[in-house]
This record gives sequence, C-alpha cells and structure tokens, in this order.
Amino acid sequence: MSMPFYVAPEQVMKDRADYARKGIARGRSLAAVLYDDGVLICAENPSTTLRKVSEIYDRIAFAGVGRYSEFDQLRIAGVRHADLKGYSFSREDVDARSLANQYAQILNQVFTHEIKPLEVEILVAEVAEDPEIAGGDHRRSTDQLFHILYDGTVMDEKNFTVLGGEADAIAGRLEDSFAEGLSLAEALQAAVKALAGPDRELKADELEVAILARSSGRRAFERLDDERVTELLG
Amino acid sequence: MIPLFKPGDDPGPDFAELVRRAGLRPSVPERPIGGGSEGRYEPLTITHGTTVVAIRYTEGVIMAGDRRATSGNWISHRAMEKVFPADKHSGVAIAGAAGPAMEMVKLFQLQLEHYEKVEGSALSLEGKANQLGQMVRQHLPAAMQGMAVVPLFAGYDLRRRGGRLFQYDVTGGRYEESNFASTGSGSMHASTVVKLGFRESLDRAETLDLALSALWQAADEDSATGGPDPVRGIYPVLATITDTGFQRVDELEIADRFQTYVDELVERERDIPRLPETADLQGDRS
Repeated sequence: MSMPFYVAPEQVMKDRADYARKGIARGRSLAAVLYDDGVLICAENPSTTLRKVSEIYDRIAFAGVGRYSEFDQLRIAGVRHADLKGYSFSREDVDARSLANQYAQILNQVFTHEIKPLEVEILVAEVAEDPEIAGGDHRRSTDQLFHILYDGTVMDEKNFTVLGGEADAIAGRLEDSFAEGLSLAEALQAAVKALAGPDRELKADELEVAILARSSGRRAFERLDDERVTELLG
Repeated sequence: MIPLFKPGDDPGPDFAELVRRAGLRPSVPERPIGGGSEGRYEPLTITHGTTVVAIRYTEGVIMAGDRRATSGNWISHRAMEKVFPADKHSGVAIAGAAGPAMEMVKLFQLQLEHYEKVEGSALSLEGKANQLGQMVRQHLPAAMQGMAVVPLFAGYDLRRRGGRLFQYDVTGGRYEESNFASTGSGSMHASTVVKLGFRESLDRAETLDLALSALWQAADEDSATGGPDPVRGIYPVLATITDTGFQRVDELEIADRFQTYVDELVERERDIPRLPETADLQGDRS
C-alpha cells in the first residue's frame, strides 16, 4: 500500500495561493473609483465583446480580473442570485454586502476543497441612493466597494480599489490623484493614468469603462462607449 | 444561496426556468376554483382586469388600459394598473384574472431583464413576443380552472424601425396585428372605435385621443370597464413606446384630453332630441 506524502497544510495553502496569484497576474488590471454621482469602473481590456465589467442588479455592478471563464461563471451566478432574491422578496432587499459574502463563501470553498483554486479577483460595487430616498438607512446612503480575493478574503474598500497583478503599484498612483467629490471626467482621468503608469498611455479602444450613476434611475449601470471615453479623457 | 449549476445542467438565460428550479412556481389548482356542496358547484369570484388597447402610429405604439378590477358584480379595485413597461422598448398590457396576470407581468419583465444581463444584449422584439406566448401557454392549465390571462404585447422594433403589436389567446397563440389590438371584456367596443378611427400615419395626439375615446366607449357599454374618475383623480393609463423607449403619458395631459373629449360629446348631444325622462341641460347651459 502506498502512502501519500505528507505535505504541511501551510505549504498546500501557499502553493495554491501562488498558483492563483500567478494566474491573476497574467491578466490586466482594473480600477474602481468613487466620483460625485456614483462609482466608475475602468478596466484595461482590448476586447470589445468579452466583458470584465457588467451589471448585476439595479444599483450593483460586478467586475472581475484573471481567468475569464471563471469570473464570468461567478457573474452569472450573481445575476441569478440577485434576480431570484428580488423576485421572492423585493427589489429593495437585494444588496451588495450579502452578494459579496456569498461570493466569498464560494471562493473560499473552492480554494480549500478543490484541486485548483479559482484564478480570479472580483469586485462587487453598489451605488448609494439619493439621500432623500435612502432616508436614514446607512447601507443605502453610502457607495460600497467589496473587493474579494481568490481565497474568499473580503475587503470593504473606501474611495477606490484596484484588482489584478499590479494592484499595489496602481493603487499607489491612484492614492496620489484621488480626492473626494471628483467629477466623472476627473475620476476617469485619474483611473486611466494610474492603470497606464508613467511610461504608457491608454486609449479609449484599450479600455472598458462603465459607471453606476446615482442619477440614472432604477438601473444605475451604464457602459461608456469609446466616443464618450475619448471625450471624457479630453 | 448563490445558485450554481453544472455545465450540462445550466438553465442559461431563462429566468422562468430558474424560478422553477428554485421551487418558487405556484402550483396549479386541480379543479376549477370555487366552493359549493352536494355536487353543486359555485364558482368563486376572482378579481378580473378588463379593457386594454394598443395602436400603432407614426412614432411607434400607444398602449392604453382602464383602471377597473371587478370580482363578479363588485368593483374590487378602482385604480388597478394594466399597462406596464416590459423593458426599455416594449410594453405589456393585461386582461383576465388579476392575480396571475400581475404575476405573469412580473415574471415576464424579469425574464427580459435577466436575459439581457446574462447574455449581455437584449432579445429581439420577436423573441420577446414569443417568450410571452410561451408563458401564456404554460399558464393554460390554470386558465382551464378559471384563471385565464390574455395579454397584449407591443414595442418599438429597433431593427425594423417601427412599432409592432401582438395579441394572444389563452392557449399561447401569438398573432401579430398590423394596426391595433385589444383584449378584455370591453375589447369588442374598444376595438370597433379604434377600427373606425384608425388610419395610416396618425400622430401622437390623434392616437392618444383615439385610444381614450375607445376606452370611454368601452366603459359606456361594458360594466366591467371603468371610465375616467375625476372625483378621485383616477384616469386610464396611457403610454407611448417609441425609439426613445416606454414613456407613460402624464396624468394631467390625460385628464385634459378626456375633458376635451367629454366637451365634444356634450356638444354633439346638444341638438339631439332628448329622452323625456332626462333633464334638459340645454336650457341650463345656454
């Protein structure tokens, strides 16, 4: 009878984490920045059909980096979760925090139990309602960014967040240019500059940009086309 | 919990199927719903919605519906809405058993939005019309037990650039109409009015007036159809669907148009000999 080699749990986890991180680092990064009317999500993505950023529900957006097929499965599962919840309860009861926790459960489950961890990092963003509608409800009156890692770690981010291989460097650059109450154009310029770094320049056709705008009615999610992005970049 | 499926078992962009898998579909009654004893069947009066109309015009389609819901001889609700946006460029109007009809609309709206989000692009207008046909078809067992729902579907076809409208029967039969459609208890009267008033290239104002005269005449002949109620400020719902999307007509505009229409009717009656038992308003007015 052959005995499996003993591998320390620390080593197993470390190997898996390295594997996931390597997979994620191969793809390009993505930044989400709060601006005066909601949340801006900007990804470096030369494809015009395979999306990294998409709509989950009325005020909730999803973004993912890493292996496309894996985060797209998570995206669809999120849409299903949100639509079913809204159907059986009410549209008001669908929120980003609960969805982020569900995602974290799945990622954690796969990370610890499956052969291969998911090579993804995802973002669940929710735009706050107009203060007049939200009333005193704290959850509904603040913009939220939940950054979830390949192992199910959830981070509740303030102001901005960066997903992907070079996240730290990009976040460092964003830190310098971010201020509260940026306009959409300013927020986009800051995000693009941070994603590009000092030696490159990113054009509209290399970017995928979407916003969750407080003022656009029930469905806050909106994609910005190349023309609009070029105009905003000035 | 987040629903996860194996690749071969995935419901795809079909929300109704997802709802079924989640065990959320209501069961269908096995017998006609009603009471009674000793072999005597007494039908249960369920709430019904009544008259809705759709008319094509130059910019797209107009949908209109009265606000009355009835249970047998009772008026059970005075402000029920029967015209809804299905998505940005289409609308759905309902007649029949109110409960299942509202449920069907809710599921249909979600079906379209769910498809759009999962697939990343909206269904074609034809695809939406077929979807609704399938829903009506699936509702047939409940319709057989006295809960029939007969919707109208209309929208602006972005590919063909123009308004299109569809009528259904309880079996899910889908019939595209070229100019106008109507369903519900007052539909016979409403569609006659529209038929007589319809011509090619009506503009928005003319079509709105035609739709509200159709509802007025239906309410005049059919007790289950409600007319405008200026006392409570309840007016029929009218909506336009054009290339810019579904837009409800402002209530004040509807109230104004009804007032103009009523003034016209009064004017028309002025010279007609009156029945002996009615008040002679002409004397008071002149």
